[in-house]
This record gives sequence, structure tokens and C-alpha cells, in this order.
Amino acid sequence: MSALRDGTASPSGAADRTDLRDVAKAHRPFPLGRLILWAVAILIAADFVWIVAGNENFGWPVVAKYFFDPTVLQGLTVTLGLTVVAMTIGIVLGLLLAIARLSQDGLANTVAGLFIWFFRGTPLLVQLIFWYNLSTLFPELSITIPFGPKLVGWDTNSVISPMTAAIVGLALNEAAYMAEIIRGGLLSVDKGQAETAEAFGMTRVRALWRVIIPQAMRSIVPPTGNQLISMIKATSLVSVIAMADLLYSVQSIYNRTFEVVPMLLVAVIWYLLITSVLNVGQSYIERYYSRGDRRSAPRAARDAATEAPATEAPMGPSPTNVPQEAAR
Amino acid sequence: MTVTATVEPLVKARNVHKAFGDVEVLKGIDMDVAPGEVVVILGPSGSGKSTFLRCINHLESIDQGSIMVDGEQIGYELRKERLVKLGGYAIARQRRKIGMVFQQFNLYPHMTALQNVIEAPIGVHGESRQAATDNAMKLLDRVGLASKVHNYPRQLSGGQQQRVAIARALAIRPKLMLFDEPTSALDPELVGEVLSTMRDLADQGLTMIVVTHEIGFAREAADRVVFMDGGNIVEQGPPEQVIGNPQHARTRAFLSRFI
Repeated sequence: MSALRDGTASPSGAADRTDLRDVAKAHRPFPLGRLILWAVAILIAADFVWIVAGNENFGWPVVAKYFFDPTVLQGLTVTLGLTVVAMTIGIVLGLLLAIARLSQDGLANTVAGLFIWFFRGTPLLVQLIFWYNLSTLFPELSITIPFGPKLVGWDTNSVISPMTAAIVGLALNEAAYMAEIIRGGLLSVDKGQAETAEAFGMTRVRALWRVIIPQAMRSIVPPTGNQLISMIKATSLVSVIAMADLLYSVQSIYNRTFEVVPMLLVAVIWYLLITSVLNVGQSYIERYYSRGDRRSAPRAARDAATEAPATEAPMGPSPTNVPQEAAR
Repeated sequence: MTVTATVEPLVKARNVHKAFGDVEVLKGIDMDVAPGEVVVILGPSGSGKSTFLRCINHLESIDQGSIMVDGEQIGYELRKERLVKLGGYAIARQRRKIGMVFQQFNLYPHMTALQNVIEAPIGVHGESRQAATDNAMKLLDRVGLASKVHNYPRQLSGGQQQRVAIARALAIRPKLMLFDEPTSALDPELVGEVLSTMRDLADQGLTMIVVTHEIGFAREAADRVVFMDGGNIVEQGPPEQVIGNPQHARTRAFLSRFI
């Protein structure tokens, strides 16, 4: 053996270098390259911040002055409210559309397909303007028996305010996109799961609700987060139909004061703040729906293992006496 | 067969035909299963044995013939002397008394072992959470997994997962249990724990139809062994007869691969 090692050893002949050494005692080489990269990156970033902060054209004092202006906060409320309402309707309607798309029923399938085709295929801005101007197409909205007598009717202009036009426009558009996201999620679940639920006598609805959708959520949540962030920004489109959202409110201020850039910065910072909060929320939701994916035993399981007279070897060291988590 | 003629069979299958497109998978299967009987179906892959099992709880519809379980025709109903296809809800109701164990376990991965077991008793059979949980703990203890009740399926070995699946099927207090190749997806050293659980169930008088390749299990636990090939029942009888002294060349050819 040693002859062989001598033959292949480095010219210095340091035999101990090829001995087996425990990697647990290994040292990490000094990360000089990385430190230099970090230093350069921080330097550039600091310089950039310095330049932006010192540039008078950005009008930071104006930004600070108007950041909590009542008009801006009012617009922010509208933006948030519109996002929540439109997104909620969009998700619920999208779920129904996705189920209809996946059903064996030809009618449901076709209706859902047409809906998605239309609302994904036309620009959101055009849809909003159409809803806003609905009264020019249908001066009166009414519920009638097809080709038959009218039951109830309303004047269109009294029903379609900027608010309802904005909600309907955003929600229907969102529903079309969410339908495809949810459909993809439902299809990603192993077919054996639906079959098992069926074999155990679950109805379709219950199987969807208890077995399929919770598993589909893992692939539905990330694109939905995307959609939500797009939606917050898409609400700025409603300023064209005179809806006083965040963008509209800063516009109304800079139309008066002509401080265009500072006021837009107010809006930009608010949009960034909202999306940052949403990103944090999304990561929590994702972690919740991947709970069955973790390899290590959950805490409750370890507690139970140490409490119960184990027929299998307990999973880990006994923690302090935590009350056993009730089955959810 | 040792089945006495006076006992009404729990499962009555008559002339069951099934085709997938042009491929005829079942070519007229007749089978009676008495209450408490353990029937093991053997046969080469593609012989139609799994398909027949899945027809019994209507996971597959049949093209011709009839299947009765516990006095009800599966998937159909007689209304004014006319046979009418049942809707989803009525079929779901018929399935309530049939438990099933799958080759790929098919545990719900987002639920713990305990949640897997109590899901159908609470959601389908209307048991209270407390009663379902108590029963589930007993069943999980019986399959030797009392310490794993709060683990998610991914944290369990294949054999443990399949034992949870068996507990899950037992939790609905089934009159009939269907096992679809329960050990085929398991590592060889894990097969034994699942088979011994199944043997216990057989000893306790549960009516079972088992599709498997485990000849040893068939020999020890079966009341009757059915050998299927090419969509037909070739031969059936007590295990010592079918496995010990097969009459048909095809049965002999199949069994010779296991000796």
C-alpha cells in the first residue's frame, strides 16, 4: 500500500497529506473573492442611493410632505379595497370556471371555455371602458324570460357607477386568469387521490374540498401571488374611468402642484410597500400548504411518540412536556 | 368450495364484461364471495384481475353483466322494473360499505396518519370527531403504528404507509375489503409487515378480496384461490388444490415462476 502511495504522492513526498482525515475538522478557506464582490456591490449601491437622495429633482421633501396626505391615503384605501374585492370575486369565480372546464358536462365546459377565451383575449383597459359605458349599449338592465316578458329592470346608469364598473371589470378579467391557474393546480394532483376519495364514498364536492384543492394549493399559491400583485397595479387602470385610486389621487395632486415626479414617487413607494407585505404573506401560505412535504417528523408527532407506549422507536429526544396537540 | 349454499353471498358477480376500447379485459367473470370469506385472485399482469376488483366498487363501469354487493346492484338501480344508471351521489352511498387498499397506498399527503383515518368516518359516515378519533387510534394501534399517528405520509416508510391505508379502510367498518396488489410497490423487506396485518384481518373474519402476487399469503390466508388469465377465470378452489395441485397448464406455468 505504502509503495503505491509513494508512487502517486506529490513530488514533495508529504505522505501525511494523503492520510484519511476526518472532514468534521475541516476548515473553510478564507472567502476573499466573495468579500471583495460584496464590498464592491455595497459601494455601488451606496453611491446610487447617495446620488438619488441628493438629487433635488426627485423632490424628497415633497414626497415626505404628501406621503400621508389624506387624498393619498383615501386613494390607497380605494386601491386596497378594490384589489381585495376584485381578487376575492375573481378567485371564487375562477374556481367555479376551473371546475366547469374540467367537468365532463359539455355545456359547463363550453360556457367556461368561452368566458375564459373572451376575458383573457381582450385588453383589461378596453373591458373597463366597456363596463363604464355600458349604458350606451344597454340603457336599461332587466331580468326577463328569454324572448318573453320583463320581470324587473333598472336604469343602467344607476347600477354602473365607476366603482361597480371597476369591480366588475377587474373581477371578471381576473376570474379568467385564475380559472386557468386553478385548473392547472387541480390537474397537478395525482389522479389516484381523486380515485381514493371516490372509493371511500366521498361526493365530488367533498373530494374536491377536502382532498384535491388542499393539494392543488401548492401549485396554485405562487402564481396567485403573482396575480394579486398584478392586480394591485392593474387597479391603477381604473383612473381612466375616474375612479379615485392611489394613482388617480396623486395625479389629482400633481395636476394642481405640477410636482409630477415626487407625487409619482409617493405612489411608487406605497405600491412597493404593499407588495412587500404581500410577499411575506405569500411565503407563510406556501409554507402552510407544503406541511405534508417536510421530511422530519413534526413536533407534535415527536411529542406523541415519547408519550405513547411506542411500538416503533421514538423519533427523537424527549422535549419538555408539551401538551399533546389535538388532532385537527 | 366449502361455502354452504344456504348463506346468501356478499358479492355476486355474473357474466362481467369490460373492454377498454378494442381490448377486452374481462370476458364474462362469474364469482360469488360468501360473508367472511377470503378470496385471493392470482394471475399474470394483464389478466384483468385488478380491473375486476375495481369494477366491484364501480371505479370502473362494466359493459355487460351485473355485480351485486350486499344485495344492491353496484352502479344501477331497479326503478319500475327498469334498470337505471345511478348518479354520483347514489354510487358514493353504495361505496360506503366497501373499503379499498391501493397498490400505491394513495394516502392523502396533506393529512397526518390520524387525519387520513378519520376523514371518511367524519365526512362520509357522519361520526363525531371524538368517536372517529378514538376508533382511529385503536386501529392505528392494531396495525402497530400508535407512535406515528401525527406523522405525515412522507415521513413514513412504504410499509407503514400501507398499514395506515389499511387502518383507513377499516375505519369505515366495511362489509367488504378490496386489496389491489397491496404489496407490489413495497421493498421486499417491508412486504412481511403488511401481509401479517392482512393475515390478522382474515383471521378475524373480514370478507376480503385480494389481488396479489404473494403466493405464500394465498396459501396461508385464503379460503379460496381464483386464478385468472386473459380476462377469464381459469381455475379456482382451496389454496392446497389450486396452488398445490393445479389442473390447468396456464396455472402451472404461472405458478412455476414462483417456485
